[in-house]
Amino acid sequence: MAEDVREAAGPAGAAGQRERGAEAARRSLREGPGRLLVTLYGVFTVGAASRSAYQLSTKFHEAPLAYLLSALAALVYAFITLSLVRGGRTARRVAMVCCAAELTGVLTVGTWTLLDPSAFPDATVWSDYGLGYVFFPVVLPVTGLLWLRRSRMEHGPAAPAASPR
Amino acid sequence: MLTPLTVAVAVAALLLAAWCGLAASRNQPVKDWHYGGMAVVLLLALGQLVVGVVRLAGGDRPAGEGTAVFLAYLVAVLLCLPVVGIVSLSERTRWGSATVSAGAVVLAVLQLRLVDIWSGGVGG
Repeated sequence: MAEDVREAAGPAGAAGQRERGAEAARRSLREGPGRLLVTLYGVFTVGAASRSAYQLSTKFHEAPLAYLLSALAALVYAFITLSLVRGGRTARRVAMVCCAAELTGVLTVGTWTLLDPSAFPDATVWSDYGLGYVFFPVVLPVTGLLWLRRSRMEHGPAAPAASPR
Repeated sequence: MLTPLTVAVAVAALLLAAWCGLAASRNQPVKDWHYGGMAVVLLLALGQLVVGVVRLAGGDRPAGEGTAVFLAYLVAVLLCLPVVGIVSLSERTRWGSATVSAGAVVLAVLQLRLVDIWSGGVGG
């Protein structure tokens, strides 16, 4: 798909080429492997959001820290899903920051739950590095970062102004 | 909860996941037969929802306090395949197959959670 764009853009004007490159970059984030990634992030958004809405509304006092972290995780997932669907350079950057935040979150909370289980009377999505969710919470951000990085390199040449590498 | 039906849904979902995963590994998009498979699993899930609601209406309750959660999970089970089915319609590549496969795995995992909630596990 990236090849198509480059071929087609041969003799066209630079502006048109850049526009088409941007459009391709916009679409490419959610196509191919991106489609699978968006779906998985969507599933996790719905799962984490409904779970934390239920926990916060019915039993917040039992484990405030765990439930607030669940809500935060839900927000991060929602942000990444939206950015991936929306596409474009800004969205990609936002998604990268969120994926990094997610990875940091899952590593921090994972370690924290192992070192001091008493801080978490109830599990969060990120407890034990996402063991309760078949380690998806730790696999997803890594996959996400790789995907975002790859699609950035693919479309780097189409937009020279914004490719520092 | 009806254990045989739950096991049937889970096994059918895993078979569907393997089937679509195979298609993805062979670089094939989702074909008509796969949609047939999705329909079968979907019907099983629908049956499960009906049985679940009938049991709840008959006065049976999950062991914990998770009736609402239990219902939410039943509905989520039903939604899994339609969502990935629609995604696969607009992604006519191996990645559409991979997405359906992932949706089926999620469905199977939800079955585990259903059993857990019914027997009084943490309803959240």
